[in-house]
Amino acid sequence: MTILVLAAVFFLGPQVSALRYSFVQSNGENGLGNYTQLFHDSALGSSLVTSLEIAALTTVIMLALMLPTVVWVRLRLPRLAVVVESISVLPIVIPPIVMAAGLATLQSHASAQISSVIFTSPLTALTPFYVILAMPFAFRSLDVGVRAIDLRTLVDAARNLGAGWTTLLLRVILPNVRTAILTAASLTVALVLAEVVISETLLYDTYPVELVNTGQNLVGVAVALSVLSLAVTWLLLYMVSFIGNRDASRARIGRLL
Amino acid sequence: MRRNRRLTRSRAKWLAPIACAVALPIAAVSASGAVNWSNVTSAKAGGGFAALVKAAKAEGTLNLIADPLNWANYGEIISSFSKKYGIKVNDVNKLGTSQQEITALQTLGSQSRAPDAVDVGQSYALNNASLFAPYKVQTWNLIPAANKAANGTWANDYGGYVSIGCNTSIVKVCPTSFADLTNPAYKNDVALDDPPTTANSAFSGVWAAALANGGSFDNITPGITFFQKLHQIGNFVETPGLAGAITAGQTPIVIDWDYNNAATAVANKGKFKWTTAVPTDASFAAFYAQALSAKAPHPAAARLWLEYLYSATGQNLWLKGLSRPVELPAMIKNGTVNKTYLKALPAVAKPAKYPSLAQVTAAEAVVAQQWASSQS
Amino acid sequence: MGVAPFAVYVALFLGGPLYEVIYGAVTTTRGSLTWFNFSQTFHQPYVGAFEESLKLALLTSLIGGVFGLWLACAVVTAGPRSPLRRIVGSGAGVLAYFAGVPLAFAFIAALGRYGEATKLLQDIGINLNAGSFTISSLTGIFLCYVYFQVPLMVLLIIPALEGLRPEWHEAATGLGASTFGYIRHVAAPVLAPALIGAVLLLFGNAFAAYATAYALVGSSVNLVPGWIQQLISGNVLVDENGIGLALGVEMIVVIAIVMVGYAALQRRATRWLQ
Repeated sequence: MTILVLAAVFFLGPQVSALRYSFVQSNGENGLGNYTQLFHDSALGSSLVTSLEIAALTTVIMLALMLPTVVWVRLRLPRLAVVVESISVLPIVIPPIVMAAGLATLQSHASAQISSVIFTSPLTALTPFYVILAMPFAFRSLDVGVRAIDLRTLVDAARNLGAGWTTLLLRVILPNVRTAILTAASLTVALVLAEVVISETLLYDTYPVELVNTGQNLVGVAVALSVLSLAVTWLLLYMVSFIGNRDASRARIGRLL
Repeated sequence: MRRNRRLTRSRAKWLAPIACAVALPIAAVSASGAVNWSNVTSAKAGGGFAALVKAAKAEGTLNLIADPLNWANYGEIISSFSKKYGIKVNDVNKLGTSQQEITALQTLGSQSRAPDAVDVGQSYALNNASLFAPYKVQTWNLIPAANKAANGTWANDYGGYVSIGCNTSIVKVCPTSFADLTNPAYKNDVALDDPPTTANSAFSGVWAAALANGGSFDNITPGITFFQKLHQIGNFVETPGLAGAITAGQTPIVIDWDYNNAATAVANKGKFKWTTAVPTDASFAAFYAQALSAKAPHPAAARLWLEYLYSATGQNLWLKGLSRPVELPAMIKNGTVNKTYLKALPAVAKPAKYPSLAQVTAAEAVVAQQWASSQS
Repeated sequence: MGVAPFAVYVALFLGGPLYEVIYGAVTTTRGSLTWFNFSQTFHQPYVGAFEESLKLALLTSLIGGVFGLWLACAVVTAGPRSPLRRIVGSGAGVLAYFAGVPLAFAFIAALGRYGEATKLLQDIGINLNAGSFTISSLTGIFLCYVYFQVPLMVLLIIPALEGLRPEWHEAATGLGASTFGYIRHVAAPVLAPALIGAVLLLFGNAFAAYATAYALVGSSVNLVPGWIQQLISGNVLVDENGIGLALGVEMIVVIAIVMVGYAALQRRATRWLQ
């Protein structure tokens, strides 16, 4: 099929072209030195740890916020669905630079106490806003997952058996939308590891910012790490797609009942 | 913003001497006998260099901002300082501009992650002296009078000349002047390191081009016209001449500070030879200025950092990065200069003079208005 | 109400920064209301920047939409469990976020003067460098934007394509329709809202982007988000921060119009894909 060939060439071509720079080390020889730089460079390593922490916290908050909301909307307020979805899509289109501008002004207007609590560490300063940035795809993934299962039946059955809302969410709904949750989580992690505009404006050195910094000096290392992050995230999402099989068959059985 | 600048300059004039006069007694009569380093204006006033080192080590951390590791050898300076005194150095926002450093001082205030010291363009130091704490390093007398504030709020640290960098694997005959750049042999070759509307180095490149084409410190327009001509004859590449573009061969000729072109040569050692030449038809140089934050969260470490930068070790490390440290004339005279590093400096046809703050401000406004349209 | 936490969270963390932007755009540094910032944005170079940004966004969202749809169709027909579907699906999730400096470098490495692809083309006789083509231009930016627009389109449109029930196709062919007839009378009307909605999102995405353009051509390309970045990390002009925020408000207005269109279309889309 033409489009598949075109796509393969267009999307893989530039990556492969960039790849050859990653094999030229700073001493001029060829080798894998650029790939192991992550373990030698303390700034790069610690920024990766910070970014992963932010990614984890963002994912948790995002799920805790979005999953109940999606379930509630599908269950009780289907007419509000379009409104909620439109709001959740806002962050894709509100230019990150505008958001960063607002945040920078917010930071300078904040009182000293708020500043010391929130803005001292990137974990507390960036996470709440990253949750906002992750909303669009998180909502879509969770929504698709929740719509694929027979929500009404599951909820009624669980409530009849005496389940409270927490049990309902955690032990009945959650296991059935595992793929959706994992997809939303993976996309959130991909976002946090790629977000540069807001962290740079607020002067935090997260992993993607450090990567750009490194690129100004050690081109090979920057390329190596960027290709590595791409490959790892791709693999992650690919593996997540296999978990979907079991969910789908369970959902079908649910429908038969 | 202009309104604020005038206000701060006049305030700084009478505030600084009073602060100096008050600092000594305060330092002496602190309740617990410990020195409040935020008010100390020299190592001697704080109880001696050894006391400074001790206090700095106790603080244990130093916050810096916008110091790229390959800029004038900052990487080695930072790591050697950190190793020598066991102080952890946080260098945030490495690709930041001078304006971002000033903004950080203003917005972060005395937060624990606020910068302790800044390294900014000359005009930024002159305009924001009220944000700085006065401090005179031990080698203060080795700094020429024209390169420091009399009250110690800032001092020049290193500088360089606008230069033409060249990839000898791609370009057969490297250009040595601005006039050379218009040669059709250099089609699609010439780049600035960043847009002149945001980067001091590129802005200076435009000004140097102006000087080579009949302009002056009061007239930067010939520089803009020069680059417009380069664009029209197809010699100018729009891509900023930064590390990636240089390594990939997209920008074989880059106009940047001589120490940055020197760093490019080092970074691409195994791949190709990158030469640096100061143009024969224009000598444009600028110094950067080092200053302490008045609200520094780590005042002793900040002062120790300054002492290190202005010591012979620090100045020679800047020389190693092929920039010209401010104490160079004095160091040549008293023999503390590293002769190997000195020999590697690119030759300069004629020594540079420096524009005034008013001339810089006016020129920046002209570039801001005319650059984008000149390149379309 | 179950949506209360969501509403409160969004109001706080999205509303907060937005409020600051609007407030900063309409007030002076002393706090009094002013029209100055907005009036400045109606002159050059900002007007030109809006034109460039809009043109680029429109072009890349349409092209990205067409190719993204084509790719998504090819992938969906392979089946939900096929390796192709899995690879492209996960790849889209990753490449939609690949932008900025790494993307610019990848294209310079491929199509720059000494790029791999440039060399390969020279081997077969096509010399890109001889002509006026250069990656350091609007063309280069266009190619880079398409690189993340197509995956975004794939991500957005696959759920809609998979929502087309096979029973509909069977019913249509049973009633005598050709494949083209099926597409024209059944699939297209059902998909249209989702398609246009996706393209609108692509438009917003391209409109907001600038890091890639900046890395590729510096500031010689006039884009609104680039100006905002310059003005708020300020340098040269007086009162620049306010002008930057005013530009931000105008960007939000453009996007809001896009969003209203999106919401209206989604209302129609959900009817069929329920």
